[in-house]
Amino acid sequence: MSGIVSTLVEAWDELRIHKLRVLLALIGVAVAVTAITGITAAVQMMNQAFREQAERYNGRDVTLMATAYQRWSGDMVATTSTTPDPAVFEAAYTRVVEQYGIEHWSRVGWGQAPFRFPTGTQMVQLQVVDPAFGVINRFQTTDGRWFADSDVERLAPAVVVNETFWKALGEPALDTHPTIVLGGPTPVRAEVIGVYASSWDQEPPAAYALTDHVNRWTASNEGYGPPELRMWVPPEMAEELQPLITRDLMALLPGYDVNVYPNEYYNALDSATKWVVLGVGGFALLLGGLRLVNIALVTVRHRIREIGIRRSFGATSGRVFFGVLMESVVATVVAGLVGVVIAVAIIKNIPVERVFGGGIEDMPPFPLSAAMIGMACATGVGALAGLIPATVAVRVKVIDAIRY
Amino acid sequence: MSLLELTDVTRSVLLPDERVLEILRGITLTVDAGEHISIVGRSGTGKSTLLNILGLLDSPTSGEYLLEGASVARLSQRKRAWRRGEDFGFVFQQFNLMPGRTALENVAAPLMYARGRQFWRRRALAADMLDRVGLGDRLEDMPEKLSGGEQQRVAIARALVRGPRVILADEPTGALDVDTGGEVMALLDEIAGQTGAALIAITHDLAVAARAQRHYRLAGGVLVPIVLNAPGQVTEWVGDVPTDVPTGAAELPGTVRA
Repeated sequence: MSGIVSTLVEAWDELRIHKLRVLLALIGVAVAVTAITGITAAVQMMNQAFREQAERYNGRDVTLMATAYQRWSGDMVATTSTTPDPAVFEAAYTRVVEQYGIEHWSRVGWGQAPFRFPTGTQMVQLQVVDPAFGVINRFQTTDGRWFADSDVERLAPAVVVNETFWKALGEPALDTHPTIVLGGPTPVRAEVIGVYASSWDQEPPAAYALTDHVNRWTASNEGYGPPELRMWVPPEMAEELQPLITRDLMALLPGYDVNVYPNEYYNALDSATKWVVLGVGGFALLLGGLRLVNIALVTVRHRIREIGIRRSFGATSGRVFFGVLMESVVATVVAGLVGVVIAVAIIKNIPVERVFGGGIEDMPPFPLSAAMIGMACATGVGALAGLIPATVAVRVKVIDAIRY
Repeated sequence: MSLLELTDVTRSVLLPDERVLEILRGITLTVDAGEHISIVGRSGTGKSTLLNILGLLDSPTSGEYLLEGASVARLSQRKRAWRRGEDFGFVFQQFNLMPGRTALENVAAPLMYARGRQFWRRRALAADMLDRVGLGDRLEDMPEKLSGGEQQRVAIARALVRGPRVILADEPTGALDVDTGGEVMALLDEIAGQTGAALIAITHDLAVAARAQRHYRLAGGVLVPIVLNAPGQVTEWVGDVPTDVPTGAAELPGTVRA
């Protein structure tokens, strides 16, 4: 025990005494570790940003999407020209999600509905969903809120609208509970509870409404077609569930063909880019290590007398070897720690909105793996950089060293 | 059983031109615990080589070296290093204090190679030893801020801090003036006496040598007992001077044999 501690203490003492040279030698190592750690973390952050962006369109990883097509005959597939019975789909979907214990699921339908704006009635793109859609698709509102489960039971339908819609409505404050008449054969007054950012500048008015509200308040579902079913499932279960859900829905929806498929991601950053940036960081670390070897070698030559004196104290050649080696390792570990801290400071202060063009909802914590990689690289470089001077130190002849 | 016992020890080295340089020849020496022995001789007579062999820093070419009755030739390098740290304390002519470290850190340095209590209490032990050599108020001073005599006292404290059984002093007063040298030797004598350690001092100063109980002269690689009745005055040769070493020839360089 005391042998290990004393080796470490000795190494630390050496670094403390020669702090200037150590500092100079280690700047390169610290910078390289900062680069490797920071890049690894930044790559993970970018991945998260891309992932969230993708998830806003396609749902979280993994979202199974079940679509039903009315079967005409044989292999023929037709578009929805007849009005499906929402109750049938609700029953089928509910049974399937309950059977497999799927917590987050939503029906998704698309259509148009007439809204009576102050400037006149206008047909608006309407996406009909369940409250869980907000969770599955990481829905973000710029004002107000997304649907809550309790909204399903409210008497007046609620809508979440895009900014174009909101501006057309006169930009009312949402805490004043603004309403708009949803026209059609049976007009109903709907409350605007949330506003979301338009996808592009000239995007026409669009809105989200709850499936149950649409089914309850609109006279017919014509134009909406059979709703798609989105289910956020654990990634490891997705492959297993896919055929089972297909089979069950086919059985529960006679006359319909059912297709269940998972969403997909763009993960280019996981591969090529990541390796390129890590390669650059590794090269920087190599240069730092070579610099460390150089300085350590020069230092050992200046410390020959000291090494001889230590041998007279009873230092074995093994102890001298590990002492010099540990100096290098302890130094690079300290540099690594500094590098990791700098990387954390940089990563935590990145203006995410500006860099990634949008906020990151679930900001990943500073990845432990990145810190571990940085520390492992620093330790490895320290060990390699220490080998040569340690070997030189062991070869010092004690008698000559004392007289040096 | 003697503490140290050299019997017919030789040390020679092979020169680059293939000739053999005999540094030590037929050295026979016995040292008991607590003894003070001095070895005199000029530079180049093999004094330091003898000291290095005694301190397990070097090995004899032939002959036998017994440490507490056990042959050191059988000790592994690791064991030799361990015994060196445990049993020997070195005092060098140039002090050999480690730069950049305080007096306290220098004295504590040998305890880095100790185990158990000695290691964990190294600073307290070092402070205590510095106090014993009269430097209790200079613990945090760097070597360059100390005088020559103070530096050598730090070196003495360092040599003694692990409680060695033998102190090997190589020209301990060589870099000091006469008065300071005398004070340092008095201190070395006193503390060695208190700890019961044997003291083997190599010196070219007969006055310093005269402080010892037994005296030897090393000439031409041969160790000859001498008697110093008055400080610095050789009164007689005690042993037989080897036939190939001229009697009265104080120093000879190592004999080169073809």
